[in-house]
Amino acid sequence: MILILLILIPLLMGILSFAIKGEGARPLALISSILTMAVSGYVSGANYTAPITYTHDWIPILGTQFSLVADGMSSMLCLLTGIVVMVVMIVSVNKPVEKPGSFYGFLLLSQAGLMGVFLAYDALLFYVFWELALIPVYFLCSIWGGEKRIPVTFKFFIYTFVGSLMMLSGLIYLSTQTQGLSSYAWGDIVRAGSSLPPEKQQWVFWLIFIAFAIKMPVFPFHTWQPDTYEQSPTPVTIILSALMVKMGLYAVLRWLLPVLPAGVAYWSDTVIILAVIGIVYASCIAIVQTDIKRLIAYSSIAHMGLMAAVAFAGSGVGMHGVMVQMFNHGITITGMWIIVSIIEDRWGTRDMTKLGGMATVAPKMAIAFVIISLASIALPLTNNFIGEFMLFNGLFSGTEASHTVMMVLAGLGIILGAVYTLNMIQKTTYGEAVAMRTGKDLTVNEYLGLAIIICLVLFLGVYPKPLLDLTSGIASMIVK
Amino acid sequence: MNAIIATTIFGIIMMFASFMVNSKSAISTLAVVLFAALLGVNIWDLVNTPANAPQLLFSNMLRIEHYSLWFSTLMTGCSLLYVLLMGREIQKVGTHVAEYFALIFFILCGVYVLSTYNNLLMLFIGIEIMSIPQYILAGSDKKNLKSSEASLKYLLMGAFSTGILLMGITLLYGAARTFDIMEMVSVLHSDALNPLALAGIMFIMIALSFKVSAAPMHMWTPDVYDGAPTPFTAYMATIVKAAAFFAFLRLFQVSFNSLSEHWTIILAIITAATLLVGNVTAVFQQSVKRMLAYSSIAQAGFMLFAILAVNAIAWQGIIIYAVAYSVATIGIFSVLVKLKDYTYDGFNGLAKKEPLLAFTAAIFLFSLAGIPLTGGFMAKYYVVLAVVQQGHLLWLVIFALLMAAISVYYYFRVIIAMYFKTGNPEMTSPVTAGDRLMLIITCLLVLMLGIVPQLFLNHI
Repeated sequence: MILILLILIPLLMGILSFAIKGEGARPLALISSILTMAVSGYVSGANYTAPITYTHDWIPILGTQFSLVADGMSSMLCLLTGIVVMVVMIVSVNKPVEKPGSFYGFLLLSQAGLMGVFLAYDALLFYVFWELALIPVYFLCSIWGGEKRIPVTFKFFIYTFVGSLMMLSGLIYLSTQTQGLSSYAWGDIVRAGSSLPPEKQQWVFWLIFIAFAIKMPVFPFHTWQPDTYEQSPTPVTIILSALMVKMGLYAVLRWLLPVLPAGVAYWSDTVIILAVIGIVYASCIAIVQTDIKRLIAYSSIAHMGLMAAVAFAGSGVGMHGVMVQMFNHGITITGMWIIVSIIEDRWGTRDMTKLGGMATVAPKMAIAFVIISLASIALPLTNNFIGEFMLFNGLFSGTEASHTVMMVLAGLGIILGAVYTLNMIQKTTYGEAVAMRTGKDLTVNEYLGLAIIICLVLFLGVYPKPLLDLTSGIASMIVK
Repeated sequence: MNAIIATTIFGIIMMFASFMVNSKSAISTLAVVLFAALLGVNIWDLVNTPANAPQLLFSNMLRIEHYSLWFSTLMTGCSLLYVLLMGREIQKVGTHVAEYFALIFFILCGVYVLSTYNNLLMLFIGIEIMSIPQYILAGSDKKNLKSSEASLKYLLMGAFSTGILLMGITLLYGAARTFDIMEMVSVLHSDALNPLALAGIMFIMIALSFKVSAAPMHMWTPDVYDGAPTPFTAYMATIVKAAAFFAFLRLFQVSFNSLSEHWTIILAIITAATLLVGNVTAVFQQSVKRMLAYSSIAQAGFMLFAILAVNAIAWQGIIIYAVAYSVATIGIFSVLVKLKDYTYDGFNGLAKKEPLLAFTAAIFLFSLAGIPLTGGFMAKYYVVLAVVQQGHLLWLVIFALLMAAISVYYYFRVIIAMYFKTGNPEMTSPVTAGDRLMLIITCLLVLMLGIVPQLFLNHI
């Protein structure tokens, strides 16, 4: 029952929020996000004993059930969703926005969709939530986004919709292959998929993978991403980059690797190569960006590329690292976007060449920015170090010799990452203050939001055991 | 099948009402009452007919089955919904309001015949009963040249396709020596196939493709749908089309099932062409009404899936598709008729001016695009499932889903106009509380079909 709360609270509060005129939606959204966060915290805490499940009949004649399961990976991502949305609400509580009722309503609806995606244990239910998470985000970007928002988000929507339809056809195909009556339950889908002959698995693989590849995004399906991140309002960018791209990776771990083992084995090298190309390519482009929002968007492609590559490398440590890193990346990038949005708010530009001297004008913010940026390049004692270390270890200890080469190439991503991130810090934080002569330092709510992020960054960097324990069982299960 | 008799009587009552009742709104109210009564008669038929025992009526001319009764009932329900949503708009088309309603009753008579026919002659008669009132309705806006053009075009093309249908029936009779679609099953089988039968099947397939506006026999559709008065376009594009599909499915599922290897590939090509032409052409339209005409061709492509999949799910598939598509299309048309300007720009800023209208229109468009939790998703799901279960033609499924992605493009252009652009759309008439209520009900129906379809599917 507790699991359904994770979906119901944001869903109902979201619908309620549409009905509220004026500013009343803000406290409502904040309360809703704190409640959801508390529930997801409880779910993750309770998870050390046994996964929580909830099942109810939905459409029996289609063989689909309303089935939710929170195992380690799901509850970790729910917790991430809870934390990130809460931080977003805290930080944006005093930012002016047009039609706050609809804005917060859509934000909460997308949270409900995300929770559903992470919890669904039934393929059709998963598909429904997958779409449900997308539509509010589409409206958010299109109404509150930047100048070119309409064509950009339209492209984003069509891209992801094509992917999801392909996935749907794959899932329908798999469900018709289940024993006896058609069924969408995770176990049945896994049995049906893994018992398919390898050559069938090889093409069903692409039907399903393409949706996830677009979402993550893996090179060459990434072209929607930088534009969409740039045009979206910051709370939505955070939802997109910290949570929605994780949907793609999570889906690979849950609905692809165990379902089509032979297909994955056949195509894994291809995917790893694409992912590594993505890492190097995105890092190179990030270096020449002057717009910090675009820079972080490309850095996100690089980080996700590394996780995608390791997810297909098939080693236990690596898989464990992917899960841990999903959480860590979500936390870090949330902090990055918050600071970017504050910079844009205070000084009206995102162009690095016009910025500088934040350390003298707003020292607290500068410290936060430096810590989060260092976490982003995976300095030891920050959370990302643990994750990336495990990722590289996983890729290196993979079954095939070629993976070592791939690891070396992917390692370029770290070096290039340091180049563009440090360059960004240098240009915005230090040096002469050009545009940034004046401007307030962090306000109380921004301080609070960033404090949560930084505490998590440092805590998980020093003592990652809770996170590792939460996901350890799942990693070994998937790699088996 | 009391409904056939009832609808005929109601049609005649409406004709008499035209000179007995003066006020247009009284006529409209009477029509609503009669449609409700007709729905009652249908439900009565449904309840009183045992589920597993088909009845033969009128010397084996009609065969009453569970599916056909459900189809008739649901289409009558959609017609009631249509009259409730569009009643006031129908009054505005011209002076002969009662006749319009009478003609709709006659169309429904044709729908009932098509859902129960057991004889090729009844197929022909049913199609004629259904089509002739439409020719009149298409031209009912007499002062409008486009409306007259639509009527003439529709008549000529309709007559042409009926001719082909008759030719097909004749050839088939030559091979099978019977008009009875059940008896035909034992005569038509693959090992001793008469070429006449094959030719007959092809002719019938082409004629019925005309009626359901499948490419390349779709040329008349955009002009007719665009030219006809909008309320009647809504009816033609939904209930009439669904009934033609049901007839199509009935014949090919019952009689030609064993010959499917001979016609599947041709029908598959027709389906692919329909999807391609409908979706790609819809993208380039500037008028929403014309876009909806092309989208109805595109949706027909999906409905053809049910005919391609010669299995039991296809029946449920066509019924749920017919209902989901009809409800959503009637809904979107009922929003469209409220607007003066039918172009995309005419929708600019609707969300600000009429939030409820825009919201319900968005839900209807979601449904047409097949977004989950709407009826349209379940409908597409069902027909796709039917074909996937059949096993072959997976290429067509993937192609169709790519085309569905294209459809998002033109459906969402309306949403973009309504929500993300600014403007002040001009309305033809103020939106009344009754309109709002009906739109909300329609919207709830669409969502219920998507969220709890088993309430409905368990019975079919």
